[in-house]
Amino acid sequence: MNSAQTMTAPSTSRYTILDRPGFRLGALLGRWESMLALLLVAVFAVNGTLLPHFLDLDNLADGTFNFSEKALLALPMALLIICREIDISVAGILALSSVAMGLANGAGWPPDSLFLVALLTGMACGALNGVLVTHFALPSIVVTIGTVSVFRGLASVVLGDQAFTGYPQLMADWGQGYFFGVLPREFTVLLLCAALFAFVLHATSWGRRIYAIGNNPVAARFSGIAVDRYRFMLFVLAGAMAGLAAFLLTGRIGSTRPNIAMGWELEAITMVILGGVSISGGIGTIGGVMLAVLTLGAVTFGLSLANVPGIYMTIAVGVLLLVAIALPRLLRGRKVAK
Amino acid sequence: MKVLKQREAQLALSIAALALLVGWRAPVFLTAPSLANLLTDSTLLVMLALAQMLVIVTRGVDLSVASTLALCGMAAALLASRNPGLPLAFVMLAATALGLVLGLLNGWLVGYLELPPIVVTLGTMSVYRGLVFVLSGGAWVNSHQMPAQFIAFPLERLLGLTHLIWIAAATAFGAWYVARHSRFGRDLYTIGNEPSSARYVGIPIARRLLWTYGLSGAVAGLCGYLWVARYAVAYTEIAYGFEFTVIAACVIGGISIAGGCGSVTGAVLGALFLAVIGNALPVVKVSPFWQSALTGIVILVAVLINARGGRSKGRQILQLHLKNSARSTA
Amino acid sequence: MRAGITAVHQETVMFDELTVAENIYVGRHPSRAGRIDWKLIEAEAERLFARLEVSLPVRARVKDLSVAQRHFVEIARALSQEASVVIMDEPTASLSQHEIQELYRIIGQLRAAGTAVIFISHKFDEIFTVADSYTVLRDGQFIAAGALSDIDEAGLVSLMVGRAVQDAYPKASVEPGEVLLEVEGLCHPTEFDQVSFQLRRGEILGFYGLVGAGRSEVMQALFGLTANVSGSIRLEGKALRIRGPQDAIHHGIAYVPEDRQHQGAHLSMPILQNITLPILSRVGFLLRRRRTEECAIARHYSEQLELKASHLLQDVSELSGGNQQKVVLGKWLATQPKVIILDEPTKGIDIGSKAAVHRFVSQLVEQGLSVILVSSELPEVLGLADRVLVMHKGHVRQVFKRGEATPENVVAAASGLEMETE
Repeated sequence: MNSAQTMTAPSTSRYTILDRPGFRLGALLGRWESMLALLLVAVFAVNGTLLPHFLDLDNLADGTFNFSEKALLALPMALLIICREIDISVAGILALSSVAMGLANGAGWPPDSLFLVALLTGMACGALNGVLVTHFALPSIVVTIGTVSVFRGLASVVLGDQAFTGYPQLMADWGQGYFFGVLPREFTVLLLCAALFAFVLHATSWGRRIYAIGNNPVAARFSGIAVDRYRFMLFVLAGAMAGLAAFLLTGRIGSTRPNIAMGWELEAITMVILGGVSISGGIGTIGGVMLAVLTLGAVTFGLSLANVPGIYMTIAVGVLLLVAIALPRLLRGRKVAK
Repeated sequence: MKVLKQREAQLALSIAALALLVGWRAPVFLTAPSLANLLTDSTLLVMLALAQMLVIVTRGVDLSVASTLALCGMAAALLASRNPGLPLAFVMLAATALGLVLGLLNGWLVGYLELPPIVVTLGTMSVYRGLVFVLSGGAWVNSHQMPAQFIAFPLERLLGLTHLIWIAAATAFGAWYVARHSRFGRDLYTIGNEPSSARYVGIPIARRLLWTYGLSGAVAGLCGYLWVARYAVAYTEIAYGFEFTVIAACVIGGISIAGGCGSVTGAVLGALFLAVIGNALPVVKVSPFWQSALTGIVILVAVLINARGGRSKGRQILQLHLKNSARSTA
Repeated sequence: MRAGITAVHQETVMFDELTVAENIYVGRHPSRAGRIDWKLIEAEAERLFARLEVSLPVRARVKDLSVAQRHFVEIARALSQEASVVIMDEPTASLSQHEIQELYRIIGQLRAAGTAVIFISHKFDEIFTVADSYTVLRDGQFIAAGALSDIDEAGLVSLMVGRAVQDAYPKASVEPGEVLLEVEGLCHPTEFDQVSFQLRRGEILGFYGLVGAGRSEVMQALFGLTANVSGSIRLEGKALRIRGPQDAIHHGIAYVPEDRQHQGAHLSMPILQNITLPILSRVGFLLRRRRTEECAIARHYSEQLELKASHLLQDVSELSGGNQQKVVLGKWLATQPKVIILDEPTKGIDIGSKAAVHRFVSQLVEQGLSVILVSSELPEVLGLADRVLVMHKGHVRQVFKRGEATPENVVAAASGLEMETE
């Protein structure tokens, strides 16, 4: 390792290179995350003025339940998409983990073990995805389309048209409970996980390598990064987070039905894309994803307070996604390729 | 070329083998009415898989087909139920036209704004599905609200085969023609092979993509009417999740998600395979809950087989002991 | 293309899954009554190839063709478009001697048919063989033009570089020491067989061969990128087990790939991150806290290579080609290797920068590194290398010492011809 003396030897080059560019306000404001932050503030402002009870802290806290579990799916999804992969099976893994917990619960396993059951089931499912993508070199979109059928199918087979209920109070405490009476446990878990993910992605060498893989997988491999190992671990991580989400969701709703978390994988992907993560990899931040989560949560909560049926939220989310990706392209002046 | 031919032949043989296996367990499966029923059940999936094939060939994907189907089906149902005197052809045309418009929006975003197809169709999927609710007000359209001809048309027989089968056959023929014999279709394969090079040789990529997604939407629109008519009911959640079944049919049929290759035969066979599984399960008394899991396993196996076939084992630099006639002496 | 101008590129514009015949007519399939006329397409393709006196099955998929055959398809396409001007951009980059002769013959045919040919090249033997007149461009500006009969090679070089080039190949006076790297019996099922060689400390070992001889494949196998490789590798006497690039880097082997843009650099990432990517574990796990150290490393190598950039956080895509190559070289120097493999380091670089790269290679050995130089440019290999190893179709044919190697015997070995050896 070069000693510090060699490093600070006088420069022999003709050119000087700064460490970083000077602070440019335009660059900061032009970032996706800045615009998302503005959007979030706007949504809060609109909802706050139009809806009498929106800005009530208790109500807002209640509102977080709607998106906390979905956001837990979005966090590893962000890492996967940055890495140029995708996992359409996360909701299926959630369902299967929930079923596994139901089976364990029904067999009399202690409540403390149920979290581990969900986590391990999730990781096993994630490992299956990981092996198919890395060892067999299959495209992740097709693999996960296949595995989501398998996972949901297995959940269906076990459940039949029944539902598992009778979960222990421990799970309800985590799914529905509050810390200190004000802060929902689920939301706290989400914030902690988000902080952890942000730390890993933005401040460690692991995160740097994930960006490099997403940016250029071939060059990453040539640079000595164990690309397949990282991809595998990310799929296992996605499975683990799905297991965690299963624990919380099942605790919150108190039952496992075959259509649990239906369509959540696409909502998670929407959160991630809206958060500024590029589908072609290498770009995106956890901060952006969390801002998108909060924005979508605020929109959804506002609509539910206004007694708008849930389906309108689907439209709103779809429109938001389309506008978010189309607007930059339109503003930049689209190149019409004839 | 030879390898692909083999793949489709393998698939056809697998379907036949599967059908025979099921027939051995339950001979009623192989009777003419049962097989005709199977064929009829497969038609909608076949049609959607053909349209999706063209999209996938261009390195895209259309996740909004099921929502488009639902929206156009609901529109058709509402139109017919409120105007019972309207000629059926008009209703069908309306459904198809609406689907075309919905598809063209996808096509514009993907082709002219150059946005990633998976994200665009993810968005439109949500929007269109929501619009079904808006259109219907959340209410169902039931069979007694639909005109008799509306419901009867798909299953009416012409020369012994249902209209559904004729329409699917026509679609297959059309897709084959487009893919093999039209410049539009060949350009799609070119785009899927090398998008940047395709631009270089002067192919109007944006226009081609616009109409590819438009076509996908139009087919989905027609299928919307057929679905609603066949099952004699229309509600917000029809065909929920069907887009993945369609993509699965394409994947099983050997259409590579990387674009540039794929055949009409493959798409049809892939759809048939899934239909056989779907129809076989109740006949062999396997719980229908297994259908999803089995479909998933079939998809994974199909993808594994496809990948093996296309894998390159490094460049062939060492002289082969056998003469390779394809390498001519230039 | 509408104006009657068509081009044949270095990297061919080909559609792998489509057939040869379709590639010729891609984008403008002739149709009869709305239906593509496949018979006509195939008949025309056959006719074009007959005219070129080249035999190619028109129904073969382009992905199964060799590089030369792909060029012929592109030329056929140019002919079928009846272009009045054909632009050829470095067309001989991947062709064998025999195929190059074929190309010259076809160019002759094009000329006879009245087509004008713009032949972009930096190889003087080709230019003087094929062309009538020349135009020199440098840094995007027109420099000079004239008839080739009025100028010689040295004159062209001075026009291209802008100054008289004295010594294109500065040779360091470093005597190679003891054996550093020993490769024995390296085998791969399809790419190369029984490759054995030795690299001495402080030596520049040139790997010459035609494109497609398997040199890059051997180097990538050495670097751990290839599976199914058998054979032994010893560094400083110790047997190495290289399962992946991480192992190779750890043992002190660096590989600077040929394709700078796809294999070498992360274009949309900053210079800083590019340079420190292989050595992240040395920089530290918590990168945020090690920012100053990371910047210091990147700065050290940027300055050593005289990188021209405004700041370390600039995306590599914003730099010029030569500077991008410097970032890639800097990245590999930062791994502090004992052996550095340079795969076509001057490919696609103008002659002025080439000289800089050659100087740099000499500096490397002066600093104590050992270099394997894979190159298809004969003058470069003969000028720089202490020994020249020639490969042909996946085998090592011959190893020449510096004094023994002549252009004739090296090219002969590379083409697989047997030469009398002493």
